[in-house]
Amino acid sequence: MTITSIPVPAQAPAAAPANIAELGLRESATFDRATIADIQRAAATGVYDIRGWGAKRKVPHFDDLLFLGASMSRYPLEGYREKCDTDVVLGDRYASRPLHLATPVTIAGMSFGALSANAKEALGRGASEVGTSTTTGDGGMTPEERGQSKHLVYQYLPSRYGMNPDDLRKADAIEIVLGQGAKPGGGGMLLGQKITERVAGMRTLPVGIDQRSASRHPDWTGPDDLEIKIGELREITDWKTPIYVKIGASRPYYDTALAVKSGADVVVLDGMQGGTAATQQVFIENVGIPTLAAIPQAVQALQELGMHRKVQLIVSGGIRTGADVAKAMALGADAVAIGTAALIALGDNDPRYAAEYSALGSAAGFYDDFQDGRDPAGITTQDPELSSRLDPVAAGRRLANYLRVLTMEAQTIARACGKSHLHNLEPEDLVALTIEASAMARVPLAGTSWIPGVRGSF
Amino acid sequence: MVTLTAPEATARALDGPTVVDLAGAPVRDLNQALHQAADGQSWTITNPGGKHSLAVGINSDVSVTIEGHAGYYAAGMHQKGTVKITGNAGVGLAENIMSGTVHVEGDASQSAAATGHGGLVVIDGNAGARCGISMKGVDIVVGGNIGHMSAFMAQAGRLVVCGDAGDALGDSIYEARIYVKGSVASLGADCIEKPLKAEHLAELADLLAAAGRTDNPADFKRYGSARNLYHFHVDNSTAY
Ligand SMILES: Cc1cc2nc3c(=O)[nH]c(=O)nc-3n(C[C@H](O)[C@H](O)[C@H](O)COP(=O)(O)O)c2cc1C
Repeated sequence: MTITSIPVPAQAPAAAPANIAELGLRESATFDRATIADIQRAAATGVYDIRGWGAKRKVPHFDDLLFLGASMSRYPLEGYREKCDTDVVLGDRYASRPLHLATPVTIAGMSFGALSANAKEALGRGASEVGTSTTTGDGGMTPEERGQSKHLVYQYLPSRYGMNPDDLRKADAIEIVLGQGAKPGGGGMLLGQKITERVAGMRTLPVGIDQRSASRHPDWTGPDDLEIKIGELREITDWKTPIYVKIGASRPYYDTALAVKSGADVVVLDGMQGGTAATQQVFIENVGIPTLAAIPQAVQALQELGMHRKVQLIVSGGIRTGADVAKAMALGADAVAIGTAALIALGDNDPRYAAEYSALGSAAGFYDDFQDGRDPAGITTQDPELSSRLDPVAAGRRLANYLRVLTMEAQTIARACGKSHLHNLEPEDLVALTIEASAMARVPLAGTSWIPGVRGSF
Repeated sequence: MVTLTAPEATARALDGPTVVDLAGAPVRDLNQALHQAADGQSWTITNPGGKHSLAVGINSDVSVTIEGHAGYYAAGMHQKGTVKITGNAGVGLAENIMSGTVHVEGDASQSAAATGHGGLVVIDGNAGARCGISMKGVDIVVGGNIGHMSAFMAQAGRLVVCGDAGDALGDSIYEARIYVKGSVASLGADCIEKPLKAEHLAELADLLAAAGRTDNPADFKRYGSARNLYHFHVDNSTAY
């Protein structure tokens, strides 16, 4: 939450009195302590709060869904003995060289600039070890990243920082970014602390400025233009490279349909919990819809167009466990992408840096000042001393471990539901714990056949 | 026209340009052949009919003439050689050009040379809105007028306008330099007029010469960034 050129007084987090309840103190639900701190911070600085991470508010999520395992009417598969495949082909609608990944868990776009070179290398190492893809970000492709990533998706963003046809041809897929779940309708942001000479050089910007990227593409607007733009990228790459379109979840039914109409091979749908490197907090918390609400809308659009499974759907925003992976896929996703969880696997918010988080006015488990470039774990920084703390080989191995766990957990659930491939999971395997989740995910409330807004009643 | 293979093209290059008639050949075949072209070849494209994505992604030192009008993204991501369009060009002419030259004898639509990283784009006629938007090192010379929001967020490179500029010129500009001979309807946020010193007259003379123009550099005014928006600051809140 530090803003360049405005010194923010270092405030030690005030310890709450241990005996709040005995004193009869009551915290306001409306003006809770975090809200009060936000008002005080705004009054002191005069500038909105900018931070990393995704929405922190509680929204209906995968936690509100449960799987129905197999029983009398469905046979489970034997764990470890009967096969449950996990591979996925992405981009075979038009591209002559689609991606074939061993696991449907991919690494989301995070820029070099937002992340250190070591963190990018670690992402590439971890992903390549388990046969999945990584994605560049707002700032171009680094040789380290290309070198370490077996499957590399190259983002095509409004800013076009570092965009060039040589890298475009080197990419295994191209992802046209329209938006991000953390900030649908917002452009990139990178504060001066992180615009080092190398980052500035790659983006053609003066060193140390507060970069505000464009939120609209400079040379197309709307789906009709996008179709022509996709045509251009296909011509430049001789129709070899898959083209994804990434949307922040706001109107996913229409956006998915229009992306398909524009000729996308793959739609990437990022829900509001999705992480960011730096965005206004008011944006992160108040714009966009939850991942859970977005998936069924996108799947409906694909099904109505007869394109479900032909144009693949990659879902991101709050994926943490193999259960989340399985639930996203049961709702109709072909694959998922992870950002925040991948950074945690690398070492973000590690309690071993507790003292340093505290010195920054934060705590392990709460640290979200990715924009500041002072990350003790060496991930969201350009500081050479801090970055050197992250060993890309060891961090890459941790990520590979984590990706394997996600995959095995998803397989465990799929086998229990009697599925020989993760793609065979279906909405019929799911029920919801809350009415909200039931309405959003369009699966029945557990123990009933009721889906609010779709069918049945109490 | 079935396929345009490179060997065939080489053979024909000996006795003149390879002619591709887009009345019959698909754009796909044209671009595929251009991607396989060898340095030094000449190509002439007839009946372009305003088709999109003509001569995109050229990466060899060829000379291409498009006889007529081109649609969106003509010479997009151009890297080497020369593309000349004898008619008008649509949206996103030479978008993200890296080097080489793209020359339009007519007018160009919106977002000409958008995000261009290098090279030279010459438009003899007028250019529409957002000419040079997010330019990152390209040089642009426009013989006529340019539309509103041109050089928006322009990061590097030079934009020369021999006619008038529309509203909000150079809004949120970084280090790009703008030279305008005629009037400027209005300047965008953080864009100001700057003194035209000897070094600027010299670079302007070079740019005009490269574009084959005879305008007098001393008749131009220079615009660039006041650099007041480079850092977030409370007092700039109305400009954000
Ligand atoms: C540090 C960081 C940097 C990011 N940079 C980009 C970016 O450059 N382009 C982009 O499209 N998304 C970016 N994102 C968003 C991710 O691609 C992805 O949508 C999001 O992290 C997924 O949600 P999750 O974090 O809950 O897994 C970034 C996210 C983080 C955490």
